[in-house]
Amino acid sequence: MVDVGTIAELVASGEAAILSEWIDLQKKVGTLQTGRITENELVAQSREFLHRLRDGLARGGSDSSDAAYGPARQMLADLSRSRALQGFSPTETATFIFSLKQPLFNVLNRNAALSPVQAADLTWAVTLLLDELGLFTLEIFQKSREEVIVRQQREIAELSTPVVKLWDGILALPLIGTLDSQRTQVVMENLLQTVVDVEAEIAIIDITGVPTVDTLTAQHLLKTVAAARLMGADCIISGIRPQIAQTMVHLGVELNVVSKATLADAFAMALERTGRAVTKRKAAAAAAKGKPIAGKVE
Amino acid sequence: MPTLRTDRLEIRSSDDVVRVRQMARAMALETGLGLVDQTKIITAASELARNMLDYGGGGLVLAEVLEQPGRRGLRLTFEDKGPGIADVEAALKDGFTTGKGMGLGLGGAKRLSNEFSIDSRPGAGTKVVIARWK
Amino acid sequence: MDRIPILKFGNALLVTIQVDMHDRLATALEEDLTAKIVAYGARGVLIDISALEIVDSFIGRMLDNIAAVSRILDADTVVVGMRPAVAITLVELGLSLTGVKTALNVERGMALIQARLQTSESEDADVED
Repeated sequence: MVDVGTIAELVASGEAAILSEWIDLQKKVGTLQTGRITENELVAQSREFLHRLRDGLARGGSDSSDAAYGPARQMLADLSRSRALQGFSPTETATFIFSLKQPLFNVLNRNAALSPVQAADLTWAVTLLLDELGLFTLEIFQKSREEVIVRQQREIAELSTPVVKLWDGILALPLIGTLDSQRTQVVMENLLQTVVDVEAEIAIIDITGVPTVDTLTAQHLLKTVAAARLMGADCIISGIRPQIAQTMVHLGVELNVVSKATLADAFAMALERTGRAVTKRKAAAAAAKGKPIAGKVE
Repeated sequence: MPTLRTDRLEIRSSDDVVRVRQMARAMALETGLGLVDQTKIITAASELARNMLDYGGGGLVLAEVLEQPGRRGLRLTFEDKGPGIADVEAALKDGFTTGKGMGLGLGGAKRLSNEFSIDSRPGAGTKVVIARWK
Repeated sequence: MDRIPILKFGNALLVTIQVDMHDRLATALEEDLTAKIVAYGARGVLIDISALEIVDSFIGRMLDNIAAVSRILDADTVVVGMRPAVAITLVELGLSLTGVKTALNVERGMALIQARLQTSESEDADVED
């Protein structure tokens, strides 16, 4: 077993040399070129990490999962996460830790007190340790990117399904794009929650912007309609395009719900159901023989 | 797969079905599931617990909050030492029932979960595992 | 054993379920409601489930049964205030409660019952003419 404590001492005594060599290497691969972090930040980060690594080496041996490496790992995790969010590439992020190898090897090699065998053993131990920390960095990086993607997906899903209020008690949900299960769930939840919020009696689901309706999509629509009914609201589906209607018949999909050709037709029906009527102002005026009754929705 | 928290409950009477729902709710909150996902897994838990009581003579429910890279989930395991199910395929179909229920329990619980598995042999009891991920 | 209170509201009965129902409580409610519909000659039953966080197949079946029994006894049952998450879950579970009428809240539910009573009364009047 090699005593990596030796490295800790060497790191402490040769800190200035290691640091400048390490930062030079990082600069060489272009860490600063993107302008995402300043040189001062880089120096501060590098120095801080070197200190934490030294503490780990002094007390934790060559096992990077030892608790003594906790602070060093924590710093790597924070760094990796912030770089993932800043848009660094995986290579750029991992370079931080991997470029520390050469300066450390140089320190070991320059030390005359070490026998070649000892130097080789220590070099190997450092390699393993830094590899482990490097993989850890990449794992955190990957995880952070996944979190960003998940968050964006959710945001897109929410943005793409606005529920609009057409009139007191009448809502419309204009759907655009393909409906997959996950999106449908967001759509359903949004619509039903809005039904509760504005106490809507009728919800119109307009699918003019939905390119295709397969069996699964039809099922999702039917589920939404059924759920709305359970809550005490009626649904009307509008905007089923001719070719979609044909496909549905071919697929044997039955939409056993009230449907209308256009959103306008559905709206007219909704108004009628809620005891309202739309009349043309001129016609109404003529019918009332010039009485100033504005034709409007009651 | 690391387990962040576990809880267990024995099902012996119909009051325990309510307790399973409470346990499932607490664990679903711990998992960070959204409202609809919470409601789905609590309902599935209620169905399976009642099934276990009606057909398996009661049993044990284990709840675990799991963590995988990028996601968290709630896994519920229902295990009884009852007579078991002879035809699992048939039991999963809606409307299948040997008792007084509506026969929605197993199939319904499956639809309400992201993961579902059942292991049952006549005479050897039944084990149902469901999971819902965030 | 606790029971869920049933309030008389004109010619309708109002039940507000506010606790997580265990099975015996659900069965008791079914029996109590049947008895009260007959005792008061109620024409409508409003069941407010806005406080319920889950409805499983047992409670779903109870609602279905109440609706079926009250129909036989010439009363309309309206389930009001089901939460969105509960509705989505019930549909996924495969329970669409087709025999049950629904409304968004107690007010709308009551209006629904009254509207039906008025139509049936005017029909009765027509017959008498």
